[in-house]
Amino acid sequence: MRRIGIDVGGTNTDAVLIEDGKVSGAVKAPTSEDVTTGILDALKALAATGVLKGKRIDGVMIGTTHFINAVVQRRHLTKVGALRLGMPASASLPPFCDWPEDLAEIVRGGVWMVEGGHEFDGRPFMPLDEAAIAAAAREMKARGLKSVAISAIFSPLDPSHEKRAAEIVATELPGASITCSSDLGRIGLLERENAGLLNAGLADLARDTIAAFEKSIRDSGIEAPLYITQNDGTVVEAAQARRLPVYSFASGATNSMRGGAYLSGLQDAMVIDVGGTTTDVGQLRHGFPREANSVVKVGGVRTLFRMPDLMSIGLGGGSHVSLDPLKVGPLSVGYRLLREGIAFGGRQLTTTDVAIAAGRLSLGDKAKVAHLDAATCTRVFGEAQRMVEETVDRMKTEAGDVKLIAVGGGAFLVPDKLEGVSEVVRVKHGDCANAVGAAIAQVSGECDQIFRDMARVDAIARANELAADRAVSAGADRNTLSTIETEDMPLAYLPGNALRVRVRVVGDVAAA
Amino acid sequence: MSLRDISLDDIESLAVGAWVLGTGGGGNPYLPLLNMRALYREGYRCQLMSSDDLADDDWVGTVANMGAPLVGQERLTDSLTLARAVTAMEKHIGKRFRALMSMEIGGANGVRPFMAAAHHKLPVIDSDTMGRAYPEAQMTSVAVGGLAPYPMTAVDVRGFESIVHRVPSWKWTERVGRKICVEYGSVAATCQPPRTGAEVKKWGIHGTTTKAIAIGAAVREAQRRHDDPIEAILKVEPGKLLYTGKVIDVARRATEGFLRGVVRFDGLDEWRGSAMTINFQNEWIVAWRDGQPVAMTPDLICVLDSVSGEAVGSETIRYGQRVTVIALPPPEVFLSERGLQHVGPRAFGYDLEFRSVFSS
Repeated sequence: MRRIGIDVGGTNTDAVLIEDGKVSGAVKAPTSEDVTTGILDALKALAATGVLKGKRIDGVMIGTTHFINAVVQRRHLTKVGALRLGMPASASLPPFCDWPEDLAEIVRGGVWMVEGGHEFDGRPFMPLDEAAIAAAAREMKARGLKSVAISAIFSPLDPSHEKRAAEIVATELPGASITCSSDLGRIGLLERENAGLLNAGLADLARDTIAAFEKSIRDSGIEAPLYITQNDGTVVEAAQARRLPVYSFASGATNSMRGGAYLSGLQDAMVIDVGGTTTDVGQLRHGFPREANSVVKVGGVRTLFRMPDLMSIGLGGGSHVSLDPLKVGPLSVGYRLLREGIAFGGRQLTTTDVAIAAGRLSLGDKAKVAHLDAATCTRVFGEAQRMVEETVDRMKTEAGDVKLIAVGGGAFLVPDKLEGVSEVVRVKHGDCANAVGAAIAQVSGECDQIFRDMARVDAIARANELAADRAVSAGADRNTLSTIETEDMPLAYLPGNALRVRVRVVGDVAAA
Repeated sequence: MSLRDISLDDIESLAVGAWVLGTGGGGNPYLPLLNMRALYREGYRCQLMSSDDLADDDWVGTVANMGAPLVGQERLTDSLTLARAVTAMEKHIGKRFRALMSMEIGGANGVRPFMAAAHHKLPVIDSDTMGRAYPEAQMTSVAVGGLAPYPMTAVDVRGFESIVHRVPSWKWTERVGRKICVEYGSVAATCQPPRTGAEVKKWGIHGTTTKAIAIGAAVREAQRRHDDPIEAILKVEPGKLLYTGKVIDVARRATEGFLRGVVRFDGLDEWRGSAMTINFQNEWIVAWRDGQPVAMTPDLICVLDSVSGEAVGSETIRYGQRVTVIALPPPEVFLSERGLQHVGPRAFGYDLEFRSVFSS
């Protein structure tokens, strides 16, 4: 297998080639305003190293913050027709009801609520009102809407009403992009519907961005399928990412952690990713970041997503340093480090300047930081160490020392000896861990469902089968599947020993 | 008589404070809060009334939702349905209510009376019957007081209306009510047995809405100022900090229609090296530190997110969460021998003599 991994970050676009399980090339290029130029430049730089010559590439995996940035910056969004199946319930809280008004103004193309949906035990809540759905679709057409988000009560348990509604809408509104909330998972109507609305709002951007990615790969002369990395450290084919862009929201931090696991060979360890402005600490379990299980706000909208559980602090290679009193971060010079750092002729003392003075880094002009004596450097590094130790400790889930994998361009701030850490693991290409994480991403399938009147083991086994089938239909090789997460929760008040089971299965991308 | 105008900002604080008083259960008040935001946008307003201002022969409707929080997350919660439960009760008993009140201030039900009150244009009494959240209908001050356990109305958003006309005890109110609720799809809007002004004055737990608003306001203010929200709660409430730590294990099981289980914590900061375990039945029931019981029902055990100060529920608490555990004083009515029979540790199956965190 030979894959190129690309991480489009705020400062740099990193690209790596992974060949037979090893990193055989790694480059950095500045991220460009239009993103695609940066990718093309990174691919050109990678080609210029000669590692690609005459080789067949099996896949290009891109991690991007493009979609989440569009939501946060309220740019490039499409107007959405919201269709909810669940009347007469939920009428007082219509779609968009808990959105920030500025974002709702941009995305809300109209709201239609009709009868339909299910009960927790699979009984229909109300019969599906097909005539009302057709009428709604005709009104959407009259308003010129081309993207539709459909949600129904308990659709993760029984998606049939959403699917039937999608058929009716597709007939009345040919060519529309349709998002069904059941494709986005979890229980919690508002949060799932919000994810669907955001997804539908990204329809045009997703189509254009994926097309641009494909073009930059083609223009660089590489012939390989494009995959997009997701929040949970897996990838999907470009076609699915185009359909479900919200799943690619937060892949950067995940890719760093996955890359750290891969480069170190450790499956269960803590990872610390020190960038220019922030440091993220997360816990690897079975080679994947442990997930945050709570509601996550994206651009002010409450959603339930698969997101890594991270703790972020304001410490990085560009962090401001003041000496009296001693303070490191959270302000940072960011991508202006090479202009504003003292060692580069600027006026802001940064952690990088201190590392240059102490001889930990050979960059810039050492003479410009010669006034920083050894005692001062020790004090600054001591403060960074204290910040790192506290964060690592807070992320620990059990007593005892852990291994800590240090990656990212600012990893020089992590000392070799740390309280509560048995070993600080440093890896070659650690500064490109995120692109490595993209290159090695796998395919996943998830099942999150309520089972009744079943023994716990049988319910978990059934959930496993469903998740495995979903992974395979998402492009995984069945022979490589493994279950990386099983969680079950009995449900208070529901009869019949109701049990909610969530299982996640991953596998390698199947060879084409 | 003085009625206090309740602003939307008060309701925002109420939602945060009621969740703290939920002691792990009662459901997150987020959806009732969204309903209140919508109602206030449409021009509805609510007022709070002291039970002192009730005449002895006034009638008061007690409002609560019953059911699985999970179903509520899908069907959401609807103010008109709650208002209908009240109307059905007024029709059944042939009286008009002077005011509405909350059955349990803890969790989502702490906000719901305001949803019904907005439509009925009635004030909400600043009292409830639990002073927190509890899992069963007999765990109330009015049950401890031996007041009539009927009638009860239960309404579904599709138009069903049921009336529990007569039952012999509060345990039967709970059993029959729950059967109806399950048939509806495990959620029902209810109007609990109606109370006279005299009954509310004698058996209500007073000032609890004001208390929830004060707790919520303290947390929200601390969040805005980036102050310690836990400290802020302890400034407005005579509580005690019991522990700071992180969750290292959660074991849950559903038995007899309840969520039971145990959460284990590992100490942080000054509690490093010290272990805590908390047993729950929807709500936090007994907290043990290094094997010794340090807090138990009816003392309020509140597990709070150490950073945000917001409550953490037993349904959603998870591995790795960093939390602070505090205790708040219990309502007086539960400290009598009869009160402890209803809600003391033995009522939940723990063979412990009740000893309050606050008795030393």
